[in-house]
Amino acid sequence: MGDPINAIANWLSGWLTALGLPASLVTVILMVLGVVVLASFVLIVDILLVWVERKVVARFQDRLGPNRLGPFGLIQPVADIIKLLIKEDITPVGADRIIYNIAPIMALAVVLLLWAVIPFAPTILGADVNVAVLYIVAVGALGTLGVIMAGWASNNKYALLGAFRTVAQMVSYEVPMVIALLVPVLLARSMGLQVIVNAQEPWYILVAPLAAIIFLITSIAELGRAPFDINEAESEIVAGFHIEYTGMKFGLFYAGELLHALTVSALFSTLFLGGWRGPFAEQVPILGVVYLFIKAFFIYWVIMWIKYSFPRLRIDQMLGFSWKFLTPLALALLIVTAILDKVIEGVSTPVYVISHLMANLIIAWGTVQLLRTYARFERKRVAEVRPVAVAPEADYKELIVQE
Amino acid sequence: MHNDWLFIGIFLIIAPVFPGLALVIPRIIAPRKPNALKSQTYECGIETFGETWVQFKAQYYIFALVFLIFDVEVVFLFPWAIAFDQIPLFAVIEGVIFILILFIGLVYAWRKGILEWM
Repeated sequence: MGDPINAIANWLSGWLTALGLPASLVTVILMVLGVVVLASFVLIVDILLVWVERKVVARFQDRLGPNRLGPFGLIQPVADIIKLLIKEDITPVGADRIIYNIAPIMALAVVLLLWAVIPFAPTILGADVNVAVLYIVAVGALGTLGVIMAGWASNNKYALLGAFRTVAQMVSYEVPMVIALLVPVLLARSMGLQVIVNAQEPWYILVAPLAAIIFLITSIAELGRAPFDINEAESEIVAGFHIEYTGMKFGLFYAGELLHALTVSALFSTLFLGGWRGPFAEQVPILGVVYLFIKAFFIYWVIMWIKYSFPRLRIDQMLGFSWKFLTPLALALLIVTAILDKVIEGVSTPVYVISHLMANLIIAWGTVQLLRTYARFERKRVAEVRPVAVAPEADYKELIVQE
Repeated sequence: MHNDWLFIGIFLIIAPVFPGLALVIPRIIAPRKPNALKSQTYECGIETFGETWVQFKAQYYIFALVFLIFDVEVVFLFPWAIAFDQIPLFAVIEGVIFILILFIGLVYAWRKGILEWM
């Protein structure tokens, strides 16, 4: 009871074995079914995300959003998809056809792959690999590769510029992200997500709030969402990497971006908000799925809130923010967490949590002080009168003399 | 354990099928009348001119190099973090020194002006 997924799997496995199939084949068949069910489930949620995105944006902008098709406009995404499916697909002249077609597939497939390791409930998860965090970092970076491929293959200068920007952004934000990921790994002593969820007593957002914030910021940058959306900055490079994509190919990029945002939210919930943890989640595993999605959608909403509240950063500000702020902060945080964790080994849970929380707060306070000094310095620097580009006078005089 | 990797392997094969399917359907039902004018690439207000695949800035390589150093460092730190229960305080300090060396590298790159975007 309470775990229909495994119950069905067990029943199917018993039925297939009774048919006389070898055990290994039964395993493979069950896995293929599991993958198809998981991927379809995630994609259905993805379709729903189109509606969520449009409705929430509308609310942020004081509009109503889609409300004509079905109750609360719920059928709107279906109409969107049909529209995308029947649009003519235009391949720009001179495009690198193979890469051009693989890129949108990659953008969505890679995000789907991330769901393979996210634990939905104590007993419901795709693969409980012991290096899940590394897997997430590796596969997550592949998504950026799709963007780069799209920008490169489009034979369009704006698209190429978008791809270049993505490269700079990815290599900069990957570093603080991985260092921030080290903190929950260190606290749980494992890279397996199920172990990390089980170790969260209490949630890691209380033990490592700074790591959580760094992870959220860098994830948004990896997503390429506002305020870090310089790779598709509409006002600068029109649409960036997907400028030449039409119809369903564009739709795949769009779906991939939305789903990536939810995936990141789910990862954040798993790493810092206790994943499927909640009342009775261990007795009734299906409740865990509900808890995970409630938490993930809350973080998704926070990401949207950030997206519609902040102006876009310039590329030099973005890179500076990562290298000169987030990376040193993440390194300092890692050092403090590591030493503190070793020094206070064996204390009771409340003391443990409070000392970690205090350490985080002290680092945060110091950072804010540093930032204030920097901001004062920077304001002064920008306010200084800078020489305007004028034609050098000396050259004119020389010219006159020569004449 | 091996079963879990098998699951990911199967996922790796099946995951591209879904978006692939979404690209096959428009091939059947969407109109398809390409012509030379339609498939021109977009550029603001003018006809495209010149080569698109230009050489790009060397600075991207420098950022990529700094990134590479840090990424390799972090890969070394993951085993250290996992074995945290088994290692004494001494080894923790060693790990911290390892991080500090890289930190000095970051400061060096910063002072050299590599981290400025120009």
